Amino acid sequence: MEQHIDKSLVRKNRRWGEWLIEKGVAFVASLSIILIFIIFIFVFREAMPLFSSMSLEEPTVEAPSGATPKDDVVPNEDLTPEIYNPEVYNLAPASADVPAETAPESYDPNAPESYDPNASASDASSGSTPESYDPNASAEETSTQESAPVTGDEPAIERENVSLANITGTNWQPVSEKPKYGISTLLIGTAKTTIVAILFGAPLGILAALYSAFFAKKWLREIIKPVIEILAGFPSVVVGFFCLMVVGSLVQSLFGLDFRLNSFVGGIGLGIAVIPIVFTITEDALSSVPRALREASLAVGATEWETAYKVMLPAAFPGVFAAVLLGIGRAFGETMIALMATGNAALFSFNIFDPARTFAATIGAEMGEVVWGSVHYNMLFFLGAILFVFAFGLNTVTELFIKERLIKKFHGN
Amino acid sequence: MKKHATKIKADNLCFYYGEKKALDNVSMDIPEREVTAFIGPSGCGKSTFLRTFNRMNDLIESARVDGRVEIDGKNIYDSDIDVVKLRKRVGMVFQKSNPFPKSIYENIAYGPRLNGIRNAVELDEIVEKSLVRGALWDEVKDRLDQSALGLSGGQQQRLCIARAVAVDPDILLMDEPCSALDPISTAKIEELILELKDMYTIVIVTHNMQQAARVSEYTAFFYLGKLIEYDRTKKIFTNPAKKETEDYVTGRFG
Repeated sequence: MEQHIDKSLVRKNRRWGEWLIEKGVAFVASLSIILIFIIFIFVFREAMPLFSSMSLEEPTVEAPSGATPKDDVVPNEDLTPEIYNPEVYNLAPASADVPAETAPESYDPNAPESYDPNASASDASSGSTPESYDPNASAEETSTQESAPVTGDEPAIERENVSLANITGTNWQPVSEKPKYGISTLLIGTAKTTIVAILFGAPLGILAALYSAFFAKKWLREIIKPVIEILAGFPSVVVGFFCLMVVGSLVQSLFGLDFRLNSFVGGIGLGIAVIPIVFTITEDALSSVPRALREASLAVGATEWETAYKVMLPAAFPGVFAAVLLGIGRAFGETMIALMATGNAALFSFNIFDPARTFAATIGAEMGEVVWGSVHYNMLFFLGAILFVFAFGLNTVTELFIKERLIKKFHGN
Repeated sequence: MKKHATKIKADNLCFYYGEKKALDNVSMDIPEREVTAFIGPSGCGKSTFLRTFNRMNDLIESARVDGRVEIDGKNIYDSDIDVVKLRKRVGMVFQKSNPFPKSIYENIAYGPRLNGIRNAVELDEIVEKSLVRGALWDEVKDRLDQSALGLSGGQQQRLCIARAVAVDPDILLMDEPCSALDPISTAKIEELILELKDMYTIVIVTHNMQQAARVSEYTAFFYLGKLIEYDRTKKIFTNPAKKETEDYVTGRFG
């Protein structure tokens, strides 16, 4: 028997318009992915020479002992002699141990953005009026500009080797006759401010999200949610400025501190940047918990608060967890607020009321003046690579932990 | 005809969703420790009426109630009523099973814990007793610490019944508890309802008229927000007084 075939189904229509759009979308998408990939490669490539030039042995002391004390920046007269004692300086060629003992007090003038002695002096004398900040800022600027060309030229001409002991040391003084790249100082600074930021920002964000999702009246929620979400796009320089001016004075008078800016103030500033992120994601997670669970809880005689705390929050936990992780990522990578509000001095100190310097702020502050191709330059890219790896790891943890383990936990086998 | 004490008494109850009137002057007495079924086509107000008994409708912002609902003689819409305490006495089982994303044990222990029971031995007893009443004990006694979401649909619904029972209510409200279940699970739940009716006043909303005929002693027929007829189930299904009721139960519409 002959089978009848409908020819109209067989003929293939080329839909050229759609084909073109489809390819165009694919092209743009792959372009953006490639772009990110290129940035990734660039950052790592620029950081790589650091490792090829790294020597595991201690470097020989080349600098004559007399050259060290009269460094790039003119030491101020107010400085206490024991910190800038040339003998102490010379006793530690690798500069790993001795400065650590005196670290909390030692404000090295070698670090380009370090606490200018003028700043603390004028601070103490003239109180915390905003005007007193302008001269300091400009003083800071000039000191770095002076220092960069003087010492930066030498490593560019003849690359010095950087030892592992140098990198693992506790001093970050990249612009000095004997540059020191102790990233642990920056690591501590970053960790301190990030922890303060997340301890300040995450609870506020989560509580605000709980309120908005369950307790607020509908009209109120329709105001709260967009307003906080707008905060997420707030220029961080404005937040930094606010912390510099207002929070700094407030914290100083509240805790009776010597300095206005420290990692606590910076952490508060970063926390302000973290709140909208935590709020938005937590709110979405809470709102997406089935209404049926809320009804079930209320129906057995739970109050609204018990329901929110014991049922809704645990059910939304993967989302809340993701929110906090992304908040950490934001605090870790935020540059402007950290630059403006932390005091930005590379001190090896675990005290949150000491100034600190973060990875991102270091890159932001020093990249403009660094000598191209120098160890310092590679070092900054290495810091960038650490930020990159950290952000990547954080997102991977978010993805894996939440998608795999938690979802399994909450949705049976 | 055996005379029962009245447990729930609705008196000229009107209910509004914003401007829309969902219940129109409903008055009825629901007897204690019996199964009462509400039937009627979709959107006739039977679920809304059921949810006025534990004030679940309070969650809807635009909703408004007129009239009275008395439980044991006390109007539950009085301003001095504690809704949380009310809901502990009036348990509810929902159309779609909604166990918490916790273990089976934690699902049952949730309500008693809210009532301040912390003692582990006491909690264990309550969990076992509730699961036995929910006809689920034998199936889950070896895996109480596993997620409730791993249970089948029918088991989840019985878990929800056990959870409602665990806070020791007087009244159990069931809002189409079998509509998402297969016939075997439905049969188990119906069996369970018949076992529970000696202990609790049960009000069940159902789309399934056979189910109402099988489990209930009294049946109320709702249509367009009005209570059309309320009588013994046998009478509603064999000799209804109203034309609309007859049309509905014989399958002429709905």
